[in-house]
Amino acid sequence: MTLNEFLHMGGYAFYVWSSYGLAMIVLLLNVILPLRQRKKLLNDIARTARRARRNTT
Amino acid sequence: MTSDSLLRAFTLLLKRDLTLAMRHRAEMINPLLFFVLVTSLFPLGIGADPKLLQAVGPGVIWVAALLAALLSLEGIFRSDFEDGTLEQFLLSSHPVSVLVLAKILAHWLITGLPLLVISPLLGVLLGLPGDAIIILLVTLALGTPVLSLIGAVGVALTVGLRKGGMILSLLVLPLYVPLLIFAASAVDTAAAGLPVTAHLSLISALLVLSLSLSPLATAAALRISLS
Amino acid sequence: MFRMFKDFFHKMASPRYFYDISGNMIPWLAAGCLALFLAGLYYGLVKAPPDYQQGDSYRIMFIHVPAAWMSMFIYVVMATAGAIGLIWHIKLAEVMAISSATIGAWFTFLALVTGSIWGKPMWGTWWVWDARLTSELILLFLYLGVIALYNAIDDKRTAARAVAILALVGVVNIPIIHYSVEWWNTLHQGPTVTKLDKPSIHLSMLIPLLLMALAFKLYYAFVVLMRARCEVLERERHTGWVRELAEKK
Repeated sequence: MTLNEFLHMGGYAFYVWSSYGLAMIVLLLNVILPLRQRKKLLNDIARTARRARRNTT
Repeated sequence: MTSDSLLRAFTLLLKRDLTLAMRHRAEMINPLLFFVLVTSLFPLGIGADPKLLQAVGPGVIWVAALLAALLSLEGIFRSDFEDGTLEQFLLSSHPVSVLVLAKILAHWLITGLPLLVISPLLGVLLGLPGDAIIILLVTLALGTPVLSLIGAVGVALTVGLRKGGMILSLLVLPLYVPLLIFAASAVDTAAAGLPVTAHLSLISALLVLSLSLSPLATAAALRISLS
Repeated sequence: MFRMFKDFFHKMASPRYFYDISGNMIPWLAAGCLALFLAGLYYGLVKAPPDYQQGDSYRIMFIHVPAAWMSMFIYVVMATAGAIGLIWHIKLAEVMAISSATIGAWFTFLALVTGSIWGKPMWGTWWVWDARLTSELILLFLYLGVIALYNAIDDKRTAARAVAILALVGVVNIPIIHYSVEWWNTLHQGPTVTKLDKPSIHLSMLIPLLLMALAFKLYYAFVVLMRARCEVLERERHTGWVRELAEKK
């Protein structure tokens, strides 16, 4: 099938592509969010540790 | 710990809860009023066409019963939680699941039974035929204990929380769905004059299942909430 | 040989070891997942022919069905992990349980929305009370209940144990709910054949379906590990190894 036919999806383009698009968004979100959360956590923990050390010295 | 003392503990707890409830008789009316009120709202909301009301009647009454049960469930452990009695239950030598069963039974007698008694009136309000009203009574008789039993697990999980009430609905309502489906369908089928043995068997099965499992789950949940 | 497995499981129970091992596993799982996805997308969107009745819209099935399968699979995993954590007090089991909850909820949401989108050209409306969609909806509520309860309890350990009970109650109810909703649906829908059924599926459509299903499984595997690592860091934040790790970055 040609690229046009592929994108057109026999007239169902809106339905097919919105489904696949939504799936892509959900899957990417569930990868990006934990990555960001991990960085945030590590930064947070490091900051708390530094502050604790400063307070005791 | 003999089985004799366990039976005594059970009956004592049951009597205690019933006595306490009798002292606050006004509070017992609330779920009942809610039940009647919600059911009455439907004709106002969707129109008073008798055929329509008869078609939605069973479902409406059962949904109202669900919500009324949910509303009344919150109180089942609250006062005991607040004055420390609940911890005493957990520390006692009796199996917690039996004590829990006593409390659930008391709760059902106080809140479920009144719903049962007033339901024929609501059936008449919505124009249900006589056969259907009888089956309505039967489904409520079998089903309201299930509501108390399943609900108790949810309450036990949320008893220590500040906004427990909101979460309780979210936790418990999905679990009520099978009962709702079978019960409303039973009354519908009875209104059409057909036999409902299958429906009633299924509801009885739910009752037996929740009767055996729910006290255990509730006891476990109480232990966790109070840890 | 048996000793090796025993040692492996004993070590896995230690959060620190788990954190390291999972960190190594994630890239491999992700790579495998990506490969399977690309293969599945190619076979599903390009190679598989249009359906005789539904045209090209049936291709939504390659997202909808694996997502629905995952939504149920993950719930069972969550309940099992919860039970293990409850019975044997293994911290990691608790972590896996709560890490699975959010992912499972997203898959359920995806299954619901793609099912609805698929239904529009087929049935003409955005929502039908089809037995399976209705069951998925209730499953979503079960997931949201787990997440809400976990977030409402301050102490993580208590929260994990409470959620384990809830998940177990839910897992017992899921077959009952499915059966009751299906029964309800046949009463009210009449003889309409649901187009989401695939009584006999052609090989050219089965292959992308299975590829996508496997891709989703690997996806769940590496994403749950990512979330679990975050959960582990949060729980172990006061230990030496976590602090060292944080300050190294």
